[in-house]
Amino acid sequence: MADDRNQGAVARRIRRARDPLGLKRALSDRLLPGLVAAMALLAALALAGSRGAEALKERWQQGAAAAVTVQLPPEQAGRMEDAMALLRARPEVAWAEPVNPERMHELLRPWLGEVPALPLPSVLELRLHNTALDPAPLQRALSDAIPGAEVEAHGIWVARLAALARSVQGVALAVLALVIGVAVAVVAVATRAGLASRRQAIEILHDLGATQSDIAGRFARRIGLLAAGGALAGAAIAVPALAALSGLAAPLAGGMVQPWSALPWLDLALLPPVAGLIGWATAQLSVRRWLRRLP
Amino acid sequence: MVRFTAVGLRYPSPDGGLGPEALSDLTFTLPEGSFTWLLGTSGAGKSSLLRLLYLAQLPTHGTLEVLGHQVRPDRRDALPALRRRIGVVFQDFRLLPYLSAFDNVALPLRLAGRSEGSLRPDVTEMLRWVGLQGKEMSLPEQLSGGEQQRIAIARAVVTRPALLVADEPTGNLDSHQARRLLALLTQMNRLGTTVVVATHSEDLVAQFPSPSLRLEAGRLVHHG
Repeated sequence: MADDRNQGAVARRIRRARDPLGLKRALSDRLLPGLVAAMALLAALALAGSRGAEALKERWQQGAAAAVTVQLPPEQAGRMEDAMALLRARPEVAWAEPVNPERMHELLRPWLGEVPALPLPSVLELRLHNTALDPAPLQRALSDAIPGAEVEAHGIWVARLAALARSVQGVALAVLALVIGVAVAVVAVATRAGLASRRQAIEILHDLGATQSDIAGRFARRIGLLAAGGALAGAAIAVPALAALSGLAAPLAGGMVQPWSALPWLDLALLPPVAGLIGWATAQLSVRRWLRRLP
Repeated sequence: MVRFTAVGLRYPSPDGGLGPEALSDLTFTLPEGSFTWLLGTSGAGKSSLLRLLYLAQLPTHGTLEVLGHQVRPDRRDALPALRRRIGVVFQDFRLLPYLSAFDNVALPLRLAGRSEGSLRPDVTEMLRWVGLQGKEMSLPEQLSGGEQQRIAIARAVVTRPALLVADEPTGNLDSHQARRLLALLTQMNRLGTTVVVATHSEDLVAQFPSPSLRLEAGRLVHHG
């Protein structure tokens, strides 16, 4: 028992000797990591929002953007096979399929109710190889062959949705920049508080021959470690939140991906080292600036 | 060797400018290996002069040369290495309260980059030299004022400094301990260290006669 106490005292002495500025007490291991964890959580949400907006934009542009609807008037319903043959023969058409009449009724039931006698147009869905293609030649060829046939390209809606997605992405990146700015400010304030509470110890070390690099390095290592730890906690908290959001967004993304596999794992993994680096660099600058007042 | 040539010192004033002169036109030389008393009443400028000697302050004007190096404000990068060759016994000890006696004494060696394995013999010897063997693990708050003073002395000399500066080092010691401390400092001096001791105890100076500098109102009024 006495040996254990002695070993504990020696271990404490060694830990303190390695920290002559007493930074483990001056820079609390709760407040700064807690603030950085909150900011890392916000950064993770912003990053995920940016990635999600990017993915939706891609999907809308490559999926919905390529979707074109062709309508045949009820009197031309018998010419579905002709329309399919014409469309499939066109080089710009990647894929074309008729919409099942039962599915049409199903889709219209919320608006039209049970009205099976109502004549409905026959509808085909097709995708173009390239969203930039002008659908007008297709429209002309189709209406020449089948009078009354109409082509509805969704490009304008896609453009609007893509612009919205880009705006969401921009806002997310702005939030990220704001979070980084706040993180720098929080670390700078914490560093100044540490400098104020350890002023005498710093002056003692300075007078005993410590270099500015040595003193700034001790602060930077401690703060970098606290920031990285806080960011790790924030990223860990973000994982279930992002998985839940990813699950909610899955239908918009086609519903084919599992929430866990859709998370921005690389971004989450980079949060702790980046936060640590921000903390380290901010502390270095703050301490070196403060030390300039000493000769 | 230490050389002051027309050195003056003003501290910054609260308005951002410079305050009145704390030291004026000091010119003197301390030869290498000398022992010098620094005398004067409170407020005469002794501590300011010592701060210049251990490079905690740079002169406002004049030329200061310490250990053969001219101290220049535009070459501050060279100062830490110079400071590590100077031992300082502060009037208020300036021990780090959360470090043990051993680690306070070992601090200058660690700052100089000495390996952990090579610290123990030197630090233990210094603590024995100041009569504090067995107190290695004690924190400053667990020691008396005199013991703290001796730790400060051990810390000042553990690097075998070329220049040793002591500000009222006997202020917290009884007469027996004060004589013992002065014996330690003269011993250091005999080993080649240049020693400067600030005191206002004329008795102490009488017991250990040596050249002295006397300051009055920031001016040197006696040297010899």
